[in-house]
Amino acid sequence: MTVALVVVSHSRKIAEGAVELAAQMAPDVRFYAVGGTDDGRIGTDLERTIAAFEAGLAEASGDGVVVLTDLGSAVMTAESAVEFCSEPDRVLLADAPLVEGLVAAAVATQGGAAAASVKAAAESIRFGPEPTFDPAESARSQGRGQPAESDEFELINPMGMHARPAAKIAGGLAGLDVEATVNGVDGTSIMELMSLAVGQGGKLRIEAWGKDASKAVNYVRRLVEQGFGEI
Amino acid sequence: MRLGVDWAVQWLTLSARLMSEHREELIALDRAIGDSDHGENMDRGFQAVMEKLAQTPPETPGAALKLAAMALMSKVGGAAGPLYGTAYLRAATALGESAEIDAAALAGALTAARDGIVARGKAALGDKTMVDAWSPAVEAADEVLVAGGDAVAVLAAAAEAAEVGAVTTDPLVARKGRASYLGERSAGHRDPGAASSALLLRAAATAAGFPEGAAE
Repeated sequence: MTVALVVVSHSRKIAEGAVELAAQMAPDVRFYAVGGTDDGRIGTDLERTIAAFEAGLAEASGDGVVVLTDLGSAVMTAESAVEFCSEPDRVLLADAPLVEGLVAAAVATQGGAAAASVKAAAESIRFGPEPTFDPAESARSQGRGQPAESDEFELINPMGMHARPAAKIAGGLAGLDVEATVNGVDGTSIMELMSLAVGQGGKLRIEAWGKDASKAVNYVRRLVEQGFGEI
Repeated sequence: MRLGVDWAVQWLTLSARLMSEHREELIALDRAIGDSDHGENMDRGFQAVMEKLAQTPPETPGAALKLAAMALMSKVGGAAGPLYGTAYLRAATALGESAEIDAAALAGALTAARDGIVARGKAALGDKTMVDAWSPAVEAADEVLVAGGDAVAVLAAAAEAAEVGAVTTDPLVARKGRASYLGERSAGHRDPGAASSALLLRAAATAAGFPEGAAE
């Protein structure tokens, strides 16, 4: 894997539990769980956070480290650790809910995504009001009109659309200069892609606008034809 | 009057003493609107500062503050660790390797500390955080500096303003940190971070000899 994942939490149990959960879906990914203080209390620990960043940087020789955090001071400790670590540019903090964001990041990492795309996969998870994404309205308001590229593919993998394919699609599209919809939802949102609930034999229609439109369509075509690596 | 490393060490020593003496009070404040660990965390953090001071006595005020920053960041555990750690580190950087600091350097270091807290915690004045103690302290220090006051006067003004600032957090609704989860219920309680900030700035003034002889 070219990306290592670090969890910084106030609680050792939260950090280790989140890693345990995410590792189920990403067996080859290297995780570092930094939770609690060195004397077993609730809190965050700068020295162990820096050590985890350095270990992750050594592990992820090709790319970088993506960090998930819980409450405010874990974010501050992680930010401080970035300033102190040897290669600050290669450590990316994801602004995402810890558990869901870590799962998305893990699946994207397992799929071979680069650090920036792994971060984007985590950050595509957002809580709050249901997204009101209307592709037709979005296209009109942005004046982008007819898509530059579009195509339709039949899912051949037995499990159809689930978290891992969604993370692969979202992670890849997030790294391109493109606006893309899949069956009308935002192609860079893991949650929205999962919500499509398309099974084997179902269709994915991608529409893409922007410089990398044809790359985006080809990317999704290749994933679908390869059954997302599941067949 | 200029301040040297003796002042910085005395400041940290008095800070450790104050954190120990006010441990229960800070815990009580934090129990009301937070996770009730601020007093314990600050006490533990400054005990670690004292151990580091004994192991490797610093030679400049800047070195003393840098040593404190690293110990606080590693040992406090709560949000105060990275916040005070960043504050002391930025102050240390502002002071550089000077053996003695004057009023202007001191006011500059206080500003750098406050800016470090703001950068790390992203809180603004009125959010019911330690910024509500530090910002008025920095303003008061600058005023005294402009009026020609010396280093001791700068610290005395900062300490006084921080204490007033901490009291002004009582009616505020928290917009940052753990207390912000309480919303309106956070009003009517003093912010623990602002309270500990006021104590630390009081220690700085006392260490400089204000009021005269109080540090003895």
